[in-house]
Amino acid sequence: MNVLKRDEQPLKSSSDVVAARQKVRQWSTELRFSLVDQTKLITAASELARNALDHGKGGAMTIELISNHGKSGLRLIFEDQGPGIPDIEQALKDGFTTGSGMGLGLGGSKRLVNEFSIESEVGKGTKVTIIRWK
Amino acid sequence: MDRIPVLRMGSLLLITIQVDMHDKLALQLQDDVTHRITEYGSTGVLIDISSLEIVDSFIGRMLANVAAMSRVLGAETVVVGMQPAVAITLVELGMSLPGVRTALSVEAGMELLLTAAAETAYGFDDERSQA
Ligand SMILES: Nc1ncnc2c1ncn2[C@@H]1O[C@H](COP(=O)(O)OP(=O)(O)OP(=O)(O)O)[C@@H](O)[C@H]1O
Ligand SMILES: [Mg+2]
Repeated sequence: MNVLKRDEQPLKSSSDVVAARQKVRQWSTELRFSLVDQTKLITAASELARNALDHGKGGAMTIELISNHGKSGLRLIFEDQGPGIPDIEQALKDGFTTGSGMGLGLGGSKRLVNEFSIESEVGKGTKVTIIRWK
Repeated sequence: MDRIPVLRMGSLLLITIQVDMHDKLALQLQDDVTHRITEYGSTGVLIDISSLEIVDSFIGRMLANVAAMSRVLGAETVVVGMQPAVAITLVELGMSLPGVRTALSVEAGMELLLTAAAETAYGFDDERSQA
């Protein structure tokens, strides 16, 4: 897998979440994703950016243009140094929330992308990586 | 602080969401809508989201909250103008927008609300077929 381009967006405030969405929009337009694919990826990014901010006490998003065997895609990595997720399987279930949300962000964003992975350690932080292929 | 304008149109309220929502705006809007409904005795609320390029769980929750609060105060909510790509994504996200009715355009939404209000006024509520 090759990384052709990379950029980073801090996630420290709710206006950073807006900026992250705009960045994903711009890159997915450049890669000529269909409108539906763009909308899915931006929505997933919005969920994960908000999670990093609300549950992870802020973090950053890395956006990468990647290619693999002639396929191209966008990889988004959301990282925070927050409290971490004690039970990832539970957190992924629709409807599970420790806040005031609907508990749809994690499970929902997983459905909106082609590849999804979470690493999390209690007390250290959380890293969610998603890929949407062209 | 900037806010989302809530316009009065006869017995209805019209809210056009054009900016990227964030927490404070959403809370302010919920507050404004409930105040306007009681102030004007509005029977319906139209929320135009045609310029929103995504609806995530945060905005979805805001729409559901506005609908729930309005209902308590006797006003129905219709969300209008959702883009097809947004609708497809919402379904996959798993958000069904409970208690929120939708219509394709502001005109269609108005008709829905005015018909519903007329039926309620004449006591035909239970026979309503296209709810
Ligand atoms: N970055 C994170 N750091 C710590 N905990 C997290 C993180 N992301 C998610 N979680 C935990 O997983 C739960 C589920 O997350 P999810 O995004 O599905 O729902 P939510 O954020 O609570 O609500 P919604 O996204 O529907 O508004 C959260 O309530 C939180 O406990
Ligand atoms: Mg969330």
